[in-house]
Amino acid sequence: MADSDGRQVDGVNHATDKDVKLQEIALAKNEGKELTKEEKQRLRKEKKQHKKNKKDDKGPPEKEKEKEKASVPAPSKPATQSPAHKAAPAPVHASESAAAAEKPAKSKAELRAERRARQDSERTSKQGKKEGGQQSASSKPKATPNELQPVVKRLPEHVQVDDPAALKKLAKKLERQQVPLRSDYGYKVSLFSHLHQYSRKSPPTLQISIPATVIHPSIVRLGLQYSQGIIAGSNARSVALLHTFKQVIQDYSTPPNEELSRDLVNKLSPYISFLSQCRPLSASMGNAIKYIKKEISNIPSQCKEEEAKGKLQACIDSYINEKIILASEAISKYAIEKISDGDVILVYGCSSLVNHILCKAFEKQRKFRVIVVDSRPRLEGREALRRLVKKGIRCTYVLISALSYILPEVSKVFLGAHALLANGYVMSRVGTSQIALVAKAYNVPVLVCCETYKFCERVQTDSFVSNELDDPDDLIVTRNGKSHLENWQTVKSLGLLNLVYDVTPPDFVDLVITDLGMIPCTSVPVVLRVKNVDQ
Amino acid sequence: MEFNVLVEYFRAQIRGDPDVASAVAAIRSLLEFLRRDQSETILGLRENMTQAIRRLEETDSSVAVSSGGELFLRFISLTSLEHPDLSQCKNVMIERGELFLKKISLSRGKVGKLCHTFIKDGAKILTHSSSRVVLKVLENAAADNKRFTVYVTESQPDSAGKRMAQKLRKLNIPVMVVLDAAVGYIMEKVDLVIVGAEGVVESGGVINKIGTYQMAVCSKAHNKPFYVVAESFKFVRLYPLNQQDVPDRFKYTADILKTVKDLNQEHPMIDYTPPSLITLLFTDLGVLTPSAVSDELIKLYL
Repeated sequence: MADSDGRQVDGVNHATDKDVKLQEIALAKNEGKELTKEEKQRLRKEKKQHKKNKKDDKGPPEKEKEKEKASVPAPSKPATQSPAHKAAPAPVHASESAAAAEKPAKSKAELRAERRARQDSERTSKQGKKEGGQQSASSKPKATPNELQPVVKRLPEHVQVDDPAALKKLAKKLERQQVPLRSDYGYKVSLFSHLHQYSRKSPPTLQISIPATVIHPSIVRLGLQYSQGIIAGSNARSVALLHTFKQVIQDYSTPPNEELSRDLVNKLSPYISFLSQCRPLSASMGNAIKYIKKEISNIPSQCKEEEAKGKLQACIDSYINEKIILASEAISKYAIEKISDGDVILVYGCSSLVNHILCKAFEKQRKFRVIVVDSRPRLEGREALRRLVKKGIRCTYVLISALSYILPEVSKVFLGAHALLANGYVMSRVGTSQIALVAKAYNVPVLVCCETYKFCERVQTDSFVSNELDDPDDLIVTRNGKSHLENWQTVKSLGLLNLVYDVTPPDFVDLVITDLGMIPCTSVPVVLRVKNVDQ
Repeated sequence: MEFNVLVEYFRAQIRGDPDVASAVAAIRSLLEFLRRDQSETILGLRENMTQAIRRLEETDSSVAVSSGGELFLRFISLTSLEHPDLSQCKNVMIERGELFLKKISLSRGKVGKLCHTFIKDGAKILTHSSSRVVLKVLENAAADNKRFTVYVTESQPDSAGKRMAQKLRKLNIPVMVVLDAAVGYIMEKVDLVIVGAEGVVESGGVINKIGTYQMAVCSKAHNKPFYVVAESFKFVRLYPLNQQDVPDRFKYTADILKTVKDLNQEHPMIDYTPPSLITLLFTDLGVLTPSAVSDELIKLYL
């Protein structure tokens, strides 16, 4: 219905095309900056119109959703534009859609097939990533319908919370998927104002009601566990995610006239948006999601539903087994070669992999002692300490401020990683780069242990561009019944910064132990290349 | 073939051609061993080869023998050995073995050709101990009518540097022997440092005669380029973190390992130079930076 309205508007405004275009050119000379934004929106609209035109040829049920998607933003676009931009939105919009409708017609079946292939590849590469700003429009390859997209490596788009247009786009997307939008909390330090900062006291689950939501209840539970910090740590989060997806697949039933391979992926997108609202996705989770989506879209269409579900569950099980459990066995084997008798090993925080390595080495009768370094506010080192002492390993516990005091005693440093970036930088818990830096100054070898499924195609050289801000209230300390920072919000010039991650340059890391073997930090792109060839 | 016969064959190879790299001699012996092997199954054959390599390592404890042997084994077995007849499989393996041997016999020439262009006219070169590959490089440069002077360290405890100096004098290259302790003193005079390697490790670092690490640290302090020349069969799957981490079986000669109880009293014959001190590596696979070595190793071994 919205379609036909648009069409009528098109017909009426055909004549005013030229006038509008002249108007635009005049505007362009005055407001160069705005026009570029408009151009991008124009491109987006053209594309959507293009999609709309082609979709008329296709079967109704599958495309109804996308028609809604296309038509809902189309009328709302003029509304959002008018406050933001001063140019005449409605006639411009109409003229563009008119221009789009004038494109030469092609064979319907041909277009349908190409469209489908492009959607699949776009879907698999675009979903599961952070919402971006204008970049999503400009980064969409402007391929004409005849060319199939080349294999473009799509990287996660950057979060841009201080860009109102990006925020609006995100809000619209979430509204479309019926996922509640979580609002930011408190004053943000200006360097990090482009990141989200949420409060633990207001989880997104408060805003949804279980019976009336499209989100599967186990996903809601998982989201709550993430946002409250009950499940923390890269491996734990990925494994929990995969188990929940197994549950979701179990409960899923294909609606009539739909294909499992396409519909299930569409069902997963609102879940993923919801989870990233609860807590931004980690690199390992991103890779796991990519894998699942690939597996789902590779299900042949003639496969029966039960069989397909069984296959997917088996895939997930084998992923967890190979990439996480067996990988940690392989890494322990290599790492134990590097632990000699009489070693003093320094570890930071609580990495499940490093703890596993140390326990295995202790079982193999290596004589060593461990120094656990910890930092506020998470104090994860205490958990690591608990696990190691339970095994019977001799441990010492210090806070990170005592690092240079303790380092002359240390013979090796073992660090875990949250992700390994394509330029060799190691992304890990905040404080890791500090430890690597001081260890380098004391000439102590630094070993990073990381499974290959955490290797990420992203490139980052500093910790500002992409990071996570935790609840600032965590930094408030109550001693003797007094908490001095209690009313920090009332002090206008005070900001509390609770960073979660930081990046360590490869010059500070001597060795990376992965399930493929021991590699220098600069060889991460080689491993990524080898992995892609395998897939 | 008995293992003693193998060892004798190996020793004979080295005696007959003193210029040959010990790894090449080892691989020749292994090929002969393969030819004369009497096992009935492929698995048995592999077992015997692995044991043969281990025996050769015990005879000559250099890193190159170990790496060369392992690469040889991988090269010959990384083909489709699906013929039902064992002798056919063996023939395939022997063919590949000969191919491997031919390739690596040419590698020293390739390295020489690559590296000599980096020596400019009037250059002063510092080198350490006696390396046949460095000799080849300097030979090629001299044949190219370049004028240069060479400083060689004495390289105790076996005074290998003096032997190197003699060989260079035969080529009419002006050479001066310096004390090991004089490396820091001479560094300001030289333009570049070229050393050979006994083994190239995964991190891109090298294992070479003791004293190489010192030279590398000095050249870094003086900002002089530090070049390493090595054939590709010297690439080994070790990853030492520091000097202590190099396995004992490489540090000391084979006889000392067998006779002496307390190795702490002995002086090691090799040391490890980390990749941060090396400018470039010249190999028959091309001119590589230390970080590219890992890439090549992954290609060779995986």
